[in-house]
Amino acid sequence: MTDTTQAARDTRAPQADGTDAPEKAQAPKRSAAMIASIADPGVPTTSAPLGHALVELGRADERIVGLSADLAKYTDMHVFREAFPERFFQMGMAEQVMMGAAAGMAQVGLVPFASTYSVFATRRAYDWIALDMAEPNLNVNLVGALPGLTTGYGPSHQATEDMAILRGCPNLTIVDPCDAVDIEQAVPQLAAAPGPSYTRLLRGKVPRILDRYDYSFELGKAKVVRPGTDAVLVSSGLMTMRALLAADALAKDGVDASVVHCATIKPFDAATVVRELDTPRAAFTLENHTVVGGLFEATAGALVRAGVRAQVDPIGLPDEFLDAGALPTLHDRYGLSVDSIVARVREKVARG
Amino acid sequence: MGLTVDRRDSLDMTDTGTVHRRQHDLDRDVRLKAIREAAYNIRMGVLEQGQAQGEGYVGQGLGAADILAVVFRDQLTYDPSDPEWEGRDRFLLSTGHYALAAYSAFAEAGIVPREELLTYAADGSRLPMSGMSTYTPGMEISGGSLGHGLTLGVGHALGLRAQGKDAKTFVFFSDGELDEGSTWEAAMSAAHWQLGNLVAMVDMNGLQADGPTGDILSNEPQEERWASFGWDVHRVDGNDPVALLDAFDACVDGAQATGRPHVVICDTRVGAGVPLLENREKLHFMRVEAEDWPVCMGQLTHGYEAAAAAGTDGKVA
Repeated sequence: MTDTTQAARDTRAPQADGTDAPEKAQAPKRSAAMIASIADPGVPTTSAPLGHALVELGRADERIVGLSADLAKYTDMHVFREAFPERFFQMGMAEQVMMGAAAGMAQVGLVPFASTYSVFATRRAYDWIALDMAEPNLNVNLVGALPGLTTGYGPSHQATEDMAILRGCPNLTIVDPCDAVDIEQAVPQLAAAPGPSYTRLLRGKVPRILDRYDYSFELGKAKVVRPGTDAVLVSSGLMTMRALLAADALAKDGVDASVVHCATIKPFDAATVVRELDTPRAAFTLENHTVVGGLFEATAGALVRAGVRAQVDPIGLPDEFLDAGALPTLHDRYGLSVDSIVARVREKVARG
Repeated sequence: MGLTVDRRDSLDMTDTGTVHRRQHDLDRDVRLKAIREAAYNIRMGVLEQGQAQGEGYVGQGLGAADILAVVFRDQLTYDPSDPEWEGRDRFLLSTGHYALAAYSAFAEAGIVPREELLTYAADGSRLPMSGMSTYTPGMEISGGSLGHGLTLGVGHALGLRAQGKDAKTFVFFSDGELDEGSTWEAAMSAAHWQLGNLVAMVDMNGLQADGPTGDILSNEPQEERWASFGWDVHRVDGNDPVALLDAFDACVDGAQATGRPHVVICDTRVGAGVPLLENREKLHFMRVEAEDWPVCMGQLTHGYEAAAAAGTDGKVA
């Protein structure tokens, strides 16, 4: 890691209540913003929600252990390590043995949370996820940071296809949280659920937006976070934050957009998604992932299977290796920013 | 047999009084006699499975029989009536295609009924061709994607120790798995964590899918490699029960206090104990003609009885 902004943030002591002030302005578009906070202007953040949620869970359940492959500081696992040093296992930059060890620990009665970057978990250690965790259906909870396009480092660190890789894996639960609220509520539910899971981690200063709505995370459920009559935005992960902000902006133009948040990608809540898309509203899926093999195709499959005819536009990453650069620039370039969502929705609603 | 897949569901953690414990308090000759008998039974079980299915990884199973006899007859603590008993030592079979040898050892240990071996690799059997934890009582992991076993063993050993349990973890893998980088990730990790409760055994039979191991990817010198990683290293004739027993005893009794993980590098012979198979061309997947199975069994029994009569020290001639 050469990114000094990130290093400074990660070594800072966690705040008592974990809540930070809202970001005052968009991060500057320079190289230091390669791993900029994904929080949009006006959205408050919480520091290291995964780490704090794990500490709280660890106090109640001594079976909880943490592992990381030389990325504890960069996956918010350091918070757990500081609270429970004897229950944290630094496995080194060796993802295969980390995954194998996590599976072995689950077999002898522990409940491991193992973290690395999404690219390394999915591309490098998939054989271990499939055969040592998913096939025996062990309660191992993988946490992958930098999912989709949340770093400007380039394809080596951009896990643009992590859900596409993992969705075909039987028994594996896949969670794509929107914000700190999702992460805090998901952690105890993932520990309580019997099989393995993969969570697309948002780390560091994580946006906090879902507590503005009547919402709670429920494993396996999609939720209508915001109702709307003109458009429906089916979204997951950080794109739900973008969808909610886009809906606020569209409302000022008189466009009433609904947001349906699919925090659990697998098992997919097809019933809710199909019900919400079986309407004449302008329909979109929004995902921080390639449009191949993720939320869009899960949605398309659900609609076809249900026999519902709907025209849905995908908002997501293109089927290509992405550019390196400053994250805000890249989110603009690839259409993940609030402004580009607003433009897409407005145009489609106007077309009618 | 008509057996259907009956996935194990025992969660009973109590010691039912049928626990098999490590035999180190017994007289050495008694131990070796029992090991030699177990090795014979394991080999016969391997041949029975091969005959029932008409094919299988018979050569490897025969070669590994002495290692498994020492481990299951002498070294491991387990409860055959409750394969998931919490106090058990763990035996992890990384080399999934050696399953028939493990099944035979399970039968010898009383974990699966002996007659069930005849369902090996048949539809609906609990004994698939490649070992899987979800199918077979006593099979701790699903091997087969090679290079996984030692990584899992690190987790078992770390997790057991973290919970204050003194159970040991035994991991069986083959020389082919030394090709996998993950094996060496695990080797480094086990030494870093000072896993004295971990005992690895490597079946050095010199044979991989595409040919002799030395032609595929050179892996010697093995002792130096493991020692340089920080392991307690033993290299033995893997078809010599005496040498095997001494090595495993040294692992479990001797060096445990150092906190170093242990490896027993076992040089074995494909087809060992059955001259008809041992002396023919070595193949990863050995075909045996139907009329040759009884010949193999006869040779095995003859060799066992001759060795017993000669009073040799249990080594397969």
